[in-house]
Amino acid sequence: MNTTRFERSSATRDSTIVKTLVLVLSLSFFGIFLLMPLFSVFTEALYKGWVYYFKAIAEPDTWSAIKLTLLAAGVAVPLNLIFGVAASWAIAKFDFKGKHLLITLIDIPFSVSPVIAGLIFVLVFGAQGWFGSWLSDHDIRIIFAVPGIILATIFVTFPFVARELIPLMEAQGREEEEAATVLGASGWQTFWYVTLPNIKWGLLYGVILCNARAMGEFGAVSVVSGHIRGYTNTIPLQVEILYNEYNYVAAFAVASLLALLALLTLAAKTYVEWHLKSETNAAPAIEGPL
Amino acid sequence: MSSAKKNSIFPGFGLSLGYTIVYLSIIVLIPLSAVVLKTTSLTFPAFLDAVTAPRVMASYRLSFGMALLAGLINAIFGLLLAWALVRYTFIGKNLVDALVDLPFALPTAVTGIALAALYSKNGWIGQYLEPLGIKIAFTPWGVLVALIFIGLPFVVRTVQPILEEIEIELEEAAASLGASRWQTFKKVVLPILFPALLTGFALAFARAVGEYGSVIFIAGNIPMVSEITPLIIITKLEQYDYAGATAIASVMLLISLLLLLAINGLQAWTAQKTGRVR
Repeated sequence: MNTTRFERSSATRDSTIVKTLVLVLSLSFFGIFLLMPLFSVFTEALYKGWVYYFKAIAEPDTWSAIKLTLLAAGVAVPLNLIFGVAASWAIAKFDFKGKHLLITLIDIPFSVSPVIAGLIFVLVFGAQGWFGSWLSDHDIRIIFAVPGIILATIFVTFPFVARELIPLMEAQGREEEEAATVLGASGWQTFWYVTLPNIKWGLLYGVILCNARAMGEFGAVSVVSGHIRGYTNTIPLQVEILYNEYNYVAAFAVASLLALLALLTLAAKTYVEWHLKSETNAAPAIEGPL
Repeated sequence: MSSAKKNSIFPGFGLSLGYTIVYLSIIVLIPLSAVVLKTTSLTFPAFLDAVTAPRVMASYRLSFGMALLAGLINAIFGLLLAWALVRYTFIGKNLVDALVDLPFALPTAVTGIALAALYSKNGWIGQYLEPLGIKIAFTPWGVLVALIFIGLPFVVRTVQPILEEIEIELEEAAASLGASRWQTFKKVVLPILFPALLTGFALAFARAVGEYGSVIFIAGNIPMVSEITPLIIITKLEQYDYAGATAIASVMLLISLLLLLAINGLQAWTAQKTGRVR
């Protein structure tokens, strides 16, 4: 819309030279730095053909990595979804002191290096950590075991749903819920029949981003995993192991699964953004890292 | 009761806020406080030794230097890309727009091995650079390439919405007063975009400083040369030097929190400058 308007008016039209220069520079930068890595994943994965590709993916270690990744995301995403809804309800529907501080605190996991995200759980649950001796007395393993991987995944994906819902619910205001309450709806009824339909696309948006990061997290999970084959390896860790064993084609074959997931995520995200824009006329919040 | 009761007729304030604070504390605040507590177990001279060892100092220079450089490069090309996406029509525009977020969606380990393959001496890009005597993979420049990849969407996605909201009348007015396109851009458009550009740069920089997965495969990880700070933390952990790892982590954590505050301030400035609600 804007595009054609700016290009139509002679006062705001960029000269052909400028336009060509901007397009060539920005699109070649885009092609070299973004597209080529994506293409190379699939080319390298299929380097030895489809048969080899499927054989690499059908390895038992790869399957257990896929199962662990699904488990970690399957726990982390619903927990952070419940948190996101609770946090945005409290922040958007009520006034209280320290609201800005709370919003900043919720954002912390995005600004912490993934390596530190793993480290903190080692300090709490590791052999030398706070609960280390208690846990080993009771024969419970968290670090270098599945619970540690789940905890690290929850941490790095913590803000996704909340930071989508908070600005959305704040922008929508409180009038509709107030009307429902005045008409006699209970809290749950108001939430289910009024709030939820209003926020469903924003909620889905947050869940899509949360899930992509949960399945793709590498640094934080790497610190707490211990890299036990077939037991504590997620898909990204399996990629690293295969790569470090110089098994490049297999590494890229497994990586291509994650690249496909990334493309699916982008497609779903674009579709939801389109709905968000047409329904609420509100752009999603400035995005955070995945 | 609380002041909230006066302002709202809804139920569930205590439940939702209580749950939010408890969950936030268990997952984020209490584990993070472990870094602070573990660091205080070191004496101050020992702490200083750990965080200023030559190998660690070299890693700060690399991590911060390359993050700065990548942020600047992304600020320039991110602005160009945002401009192309908002102001021009071209074939495949919607696809480019959707794929700008690829670095957010692609797992860092996948990025890492793909970049290492591209820039190694047999790779698609590396094979052309090798005869020119340019080495990217397994040098500090590999770190730069990885940080450019992960930082680009931050700049595009903060500048793009602001650019979309600029009214055409503003630039028409400048043109009718005799300004050239370049003058209009420099004196009218750029000042409006600047806070967003700076925010995008800061977001990209903050992410780049702590980045791990996409860097380690292409960096070569040579101590004093191409070893990033997060990798030093991992190395120390693997040697069971928990206190040393935590000391370095506390330095990085402090810088991250300062950056987070700076970014919040920048976003408030953007909002004020453009009349947007955050």
